[in-house]
Amino acid sequence: MQDFSTVEIETDLLILGGGMAACGAAVEAAHWAKKNGLKVTMVDKATPDRSGAVAMGLSAINQYVGLKDGANTIKDYVDYVRNDLMGICREDLVASIARHVDSSVHLFEKWGLPIWTDKDGGYVHEGRWQLMINGESYKIIVAEAAKNAVGGDNIYDRVFITEPLMDGGRCVGAVGFSVRENKFYVFKSKATICAMGGAVGVFKPRSTGEGSGRAWYPPFNSGASAYFTIKAGAEMTCQEVRFIPVRFKDAYGPVGAWFLLFKSQATNALGEAYMQTRRGELDNWAPYGKVKPVPANLRNYLMLLDVMEGKGPIYMQTAEAIQKIAESETDPKKAKKKLKELESEAWEDFLDMTISQAILWAATNIQPEESPSEIAAAEPYFIGSHSGASGAWVSGPKDLAPDEYFWGYENMTTITGLFAAGDASGASSHKFSSGSHAEGRIAGKAAIRYIVNEKPPLPNLDSARIDALKTRILKPLALYDEFKDATTQTDVNPNYILPRSYMQRLQKLMDEYAGGVSSQFCTSKTNLNRALELLDFLKEDAENLAASNLHELMRCWENIHRTYQAEAHVRAMLFRDETRWPGYYFRTDTPKMDNENWNVFVNCTFDAETNEWNFKKVPIVTILS
Amino acid sequence: MPSFVRPDKCDGCKALDKTACQFICPNDLMALNTDTMKAYNQEPHQCWECYCCVKICPQGAIDVRGYADFVPMGASVVPLRSTDSIMWTVKFRNGSVKRFKFPIRTTPEGEADPSGGWSTEPSLDDHVLATEPDSLGTADVWTQ
Ligand SMILES: Cc1cc2nc3c(=O)[nH]c(=O)nc-3n(C[C@H](O)[C@H](O)[C@H](O)COP(=O)(O)OP(=O)(O)OC[C@H]3O[C@@H](n4cnc5c(N)ncnc54)[C@H](O)[C@@H]3O)c2cc1C
Ligand code: SF4
Ligand code: SF4
Repeated sequence: MQDFSTVEIETDLLILGGGMAACGAAVEAAHWAKKNGLKVTMVDKATPDRSGAVAMGLSAINQYVGLKDGANTIKDYVDYVRNDLMGICREDLVASIARHVDSSVHLFEKWGLPIWTDKDGGYVHEGRWQLMINGESYKIIVAEAAKNAVGGDNIYDRVFITEPLMDGGRCVGAVGFSVRENKFYVFKSKATICAMGGAVGVFKPRSTGEGSGRAWYPPFNSGASAYFTIKAGAEMTCQEVRFIPVRFKDAYGPVGAWFLLFKSQATNALGEAYMQTRRGELDNWAPYGKVKPVPANLRNYLMLLDVMEGKGPIYMQTAEAIQKIAESETDPKKAKKKLKELESEAWEDFLDMTISQAILWAATNIQPEESPSEIAAAEPYFIGSHSGASGAWVSGPKDLAPDEYFWGYENMTTITGLFAAGDASGASSHKFSSGSHAEGRIAGKAAIRYIVNEKPPLPNLDSARIDALKTRILKPLALYDEFKDATTQTDVNPNYILPRSYMQRLQKLMDEYAGGVSSQFCTSKTNLNRALELLDFLKEDAENLAASNLHELMRCWENIHRTYQAEAHVRAMLFRDETRWPGYYFRTDTPKMDNENWNVFVNCTFDAETNEWNFKKVPIVTILS
Repeated sequence: MPSFVRPDKCDGCKALDKTACQFICPNDLMALNTDTMKAYNQEPHQCWECYCCVKICPQGAIDVRGYADFVPMGASVVPLRSTDSIMWTVKFRNGSVKRFKFPIRTTPEGEADPSGGWSTEPSLDDHVLATEPDSLGTADVWTQ
C-alpha cells in the first residue's frame, strides 16, 4: 500500500459537512468567532458549492413562517409539525427554529436567491409555509456566504469524515481522509458541529440497475451524521421514524407544486380519489387523522391501501388540474397566456430540482396538460430535517426548553462539545432547507458561546492512538492490496467484500425484513429479529471490506455508516411496540396506534466499548399546546 | 449511463491541477483518464443526474442519457447556464422541443455579504442571532 501522510489541524470550532445546516453554522459562528479571536473550520466530503441535498437546486423554500406580516404564529408551526409526526415532536426545538427561519430566508434573498414575488411585492406561496423560488443556484449562493464568512483557507473539501475523536467522554474533533490525495486528516477542536445530512441506500431502491443512484434523496448522503453521533455515544432519538416520500414514479420528481400550487388530485387507476373514498380510515388514527392537512404518512397509507387492493397504478391528475386553472380565466387570450405560464412553472419545478423527471417526461412524450402521470411511494430514507425525525437528541434553548430538555447550550448533544443540526438532529422535523440553515446558525452561536464560557482545552492525543485509527480507516486498501491477485478477477474474491456488494447485501436484508418496498413497508417483531441476525453477519464482514482506490475507500466507509443507521432503525422499530406511522412503516403484529403507552420518544444510546444498545422511553413535554 | 462525456469536446480541462467536473460532482463520480486525458463517469449507477458537471464543463462536453433501466431512449435535456440565468432545451422522444429560461441569481457572483447588510449587535449570551431582529423584520425575536 502507498504511504499516507497524517495531517493534523487544530481549530476552535469544527463544522462537519458543507450543506444547508453547516453553511448556516459557518455564517453565524464566523461572526461570533471574529469577535472572540476564534478559528472556525469546515470540512465537506464534496465541495460546498454543490454538496448535499440542495446540490441540484430546489424550486421551493419549504419553511417560511411569515412573522413580519403576522401571517402565522410560532404556535401555528409547532401545531403543524406535531400533528404531521403523529404527536412525536420536540416543541422547544421546532419553536426555536421557527422563530429564526424567516431571517435565514431574508438573508438568502439578500445574497442573491430569486424568490418569486407577486405584483404587490409579496412572496408567492406554494402552500401556507412554502415559497416559490428560482432555485437553480440556491446552494451556490448559500455556500458563497459561508465561504466569505469563514474564509476559503478554513474550508477543507473532498475530505471524508469517518470517526469522532473522543477524549474522556468529550468530543474533541474528527478524523477522515482525502478522496484526492493520500492524506489522513486529524482535526482537533474545542467544539464540533455534526451536520453531514441524512441517509439513503440503507434500503433497496426501486431501481434495478443504472438508475439506483436516482433515489429521491441524494446518493451522497450516507448516514455519516448518524454514525458519528452514535459512535460518539450521543443519545439518539426517533431512529424508527423514516421518511417515504410519494413522488412521480421512478424519477421522483416533486409533487408539492402539483398538489399545493396547482391543486391537483391524486386518484387510483379507476379514477377514484383515495383521500375521499378512504376518509373513514382516518378515524382510526385520531386525533392526528382528524387534522388538516392530513399527516403525510396517513396520505401515503390511504394510497397504499388502494395499491394493495389492486387499484393501482396511482396517478397525479395533472391535465384536470391545469384545465381547471385555465377555465377560471374567461378571456381566451388570457387563458392561453395562463396556460403557457403554468407549463413553464411545471417544467421549472423539475428542472430546478429533479432534472431526471424532465428527461422521463420528455422520453415518454408526456404533456402534463394532456395526460396524467404515475406517482408512487419511494423507498425509505432517513432525513430528520424533512418529514422524518431521526437524529441526535439535543438541548433546547434556555428560554423555551423544559428542564428535561435543557443542558446548557442549544443543539448540544448529550456528549460534551458535540453539537448537531439539520438532518443530524432529531425530533424537530419540517425544518427543510431554510430551517436547517437557521438551526445551523443556532448551533453555531451556541458552540461559540460554549467555547468562550467553558474554555475547553484542545486534546492531547498520543500518536499511538492516532496511528491505530489510521490503520483501521485505511484497512480496506491494505486488504485489497494483499489479496487482489488471489483470483483471476478482482471483484470475485473469497478474502474480501467490495463496497457495492456489501451495500446490496444491506439493502436486500433491510428491504425484506425491515419493511422496504418489496414488503410494502410491512415488518414485525420476528422479521426485525431476523434482520438483526443478518446484520450481525454483515457487521462481521465489514471488517473485510476492500477498496482499490480512495473513491472506493469512501464507499467502504459510507456503507459502515449506513449499517449503524440500519441497526438503530431496526432496533427502534422493535422497541416501539405499536404502529404509529402507517404509510412509513407498518408493524403487522401490532397494527394499531397505542397512544396510552407509546405517545413518547424512543431514545437510544450505543456503547462503543461493549457494543451494546440501550433503549428507553422519554416523555413528551408540551410547551405550546 | 447517466452523465457521459463527448470525447471530441472534452479537453481534460487543459491539464490544470483539477478538472471542473471532478471539482464539482457531489458524489465524486467524474474521473480523468490520464492516458487519453478525457473525463468519464466512474460509477454511472451512483449518478443522481444532478447536472452539476454538465453545467460547469467549460467545453459543453458532458451530457446526460436517461437511466437505462426505466427511461425510453431518444430524449435529451440540455442546460446552458450563464451568470444570471439558465436556458433549458428539452427534446422529446417524438422530436418536439421546448425551451425554458429562468433567472438563477440577482447579485454578482462571489459577492454574497454574510451579514446581508444588516448590522445588529446582539449579545453572545442570549438566543438572538447575528443580524436579528433586523433581518427578521420584526421588533424582537419571539420568546414565550
Ligand atoms: C429531493 C429533495 C427535495 C427537497 N426539496 C426541498 C424543497 O423544495 N424545499 C426545502 O426547503 N427543502 C427541501 N428539501 C430538504 C432540504 O434539502 C434539507 O432539509 C436540507 O438540505 C438539510 O440540510 P443538512 O445540512 O442537514 O443536509 P445537506 O444539505 O444534505 O448537507 C449534508 C452535507 O454533509 C456532507 N457530508 C455527508 N457525509 C459526509 C462525510 N462523511 N464527511 C464530510 N461531509 C459529509 C455533504 O457533502 C453535504 O455537504 C429537499 C430534500 C430533498 C432530498
Ligand atoms: S469539465 Fe468538461 S472539459 Fe473539463 S475534464 Fe470534465 S468533461 Fe472534460
Ligand atoms: S450528474 Fe451529478 S452525480 Fe452525476 S456525474 Fe454529474 S455531477 Fe456527478
